[in-house]
Amino acid sequence: MSEQFNINKLTDHLFRREAGKMSAILIKIFGTENLQLSEDVIQETFINAMRVWSLNGIPDSPSAWLMRAAKNKAIDFIRKNKFSRSIDFSDPERMLLQSEYTLTSTIDKLWNEDEITDDLLRMMFACCHEELSEENQITLMLKILCGFSTAEIAKAFVTSEDTVSKRLYRAKEFFRTKKIKPEFPPASHLKDKTGTVLRTIYLLFNEGYSSTHADKLIRKDLLDQSMYLCNLLCVHSSTQLPETFAAMALMCFHAARINSRIDEHHEIILLQNQDRGKWDRSLIDKGYDYLNKAAFGNEINSYHIEAAIAYEHCISPSFEQTNWKNILRYYDMLAAINPSSIVLLNRLTVIFKVYGAEQTLKEVEQALCNKEWQKNYLYHSLMGDVYACKDFNKAKAFYETAIGMTKSDAEKKLLNKKISQLALKT
Amino acid sequence: MAEYLLLFRGGKGMDRDQSAQEYQEDMQKWVQWMANLSAQGKLGPAQPLKPEGKVVKGTSKLVTDGPFIEGKEMVGGYLVCKADSYDEAVEIAKQCPILESESGIVEVRSIMEMKM
Repeated sequence: MSEQFNINKLTDHLFRREAGKMSAILIKIFGTENLQLSEDVIQETFINAMRVWSLNGIPDSPSAWLMRAAKNKAIDFIRKNKFSRSIDFSDPERMLLQSEYTLTSTIDKLWNEDEITDDLLRMMFACCHEELSEENQITLMLKILCGFSTAEIAKAFVTSEDTVSKRLYRAKEFFRTKKIKPEFPPASHLKDKTGTVLRTIYLLFNEGYSSTHADKLIRKDLLDQSMYLCNLLCVHSSTQLPETFAAMALMCFHAARINSRIDEHHEIILLQNQDRGKWDRSLIDKGYDYLNKAAFGNEINSYHIEAAIAYEHCISPSFEQTNWKNILRYYDMLAAINPSSIVLLNRLTVIFKVYGAEQTLKEVEQALCNKEWQKNYLYHSLMGDVYACKDFNKAKAFYETAIGMTKSDAEKKLLNKKISQLALKT
Repeated sequence: MAEYLLLFRGGKGMDRDQSAQEYQEDMQKWVQWMANLSAQGKLGPAQPLKPEGKVVKGTSKLVTDGPFIEGKEMVGGYLVCKADSYDEAVEIAKQCPILESESGIVEVRSIMEMKM
């Protein structure tokens, strides 16, 4: 009984991490047109491991055991299918898989665990192919590199398994018909492509960080996975760009605060009410190291500035002591390189903090992105705050509009709380 | 480009006393040789053969254990390669790692096109 329990506990995490490595290697061997085949091999390896381990106990090195088992399965499959058309043997390296003279040596060479980071990164670049939609990119990354099941992906995106299956099917078809090869982009495109991968990883991170999930475990999992992926970019010499380290720093600063952000009733705790003692200091320090590493080259990226803003919050001993003027300066820089309506809206929030309601309303009057703001519940929520001390009815109306616009229960609860507090003031 | 069959006889592979490391090193040479052919688009099917076998002979289809010829001259494997000429096929054969042993033999045969 307890052995079985141990196995289950061990395998959850282990299987997920090993599945990503196995996929990266298996797909290299079978080709991206055979994603399903590599999934089947992984699945069979895990089922077999559960069976053997529950009989014989957990081996000394479970991950080496799994890798060896998967490798042997791959060899078996190729032996049985060397005349099948399912694998494209016309590739010179794969041609050697057809002969017994060279089969095992070739697999050994492809299965070099010292090159696993390279394989994982090549796969990451393939998953983030520019012709795939962002949601398909994320779905593929979770499936292939993070070992997520379809059900887990569905849970992470609050969508149906059916939708995820369809997305995966489309992505697999794309890989199959286009014969996408997992490879490093040429040096001239490396920066661009790394940027795309970083954006996808950051979207994944935000999916975990945003408050739309009641399920705490899934949220934590998404943060862990996105940081794991970003770390792969940080350790590989060809992707060690300033923006890579800056994005990693930003994620550390955000992740450090995750435990103080949501209370036990899934309600959002505002920054001013968060217990700063719960912030993960070691993660903040780690983020600071990454931020230092990000400070080379002569270009400032939005990740740099966002990380600097997050860091400013992290080092402030209390909400009241936050250096809002510094933060506003960062937002001015951010708005200069990326004047998106979201950035400008965040900047507006800080203007409200630094200069108060009158100045904020003046800025709103002059703003060019009013239309986009109207579509964002955060704007209405902010305007509720701006009017809270001036005009109770207006404030209430803004809050109510915001409630109607957000899908997040946590946000709704928070806005309702603000309305009830308005009533107390009058 | 024509196809040629290379038949391998003798060589280190027949030597049962080879250590694991020697075997590994030997196989690496085969991999290099074949990878080189593959990269030039000249590699066809190739397989090693087990030493035991059966022989079926004549109209009576008599089955005996075989091949009876002495171990060293038994066919131990084959490889089909593409080459522009017989001479080129022979040059390819000369690179075969089996020839690192005095007992190694490569028989080079041109595949005949059957005219109907």
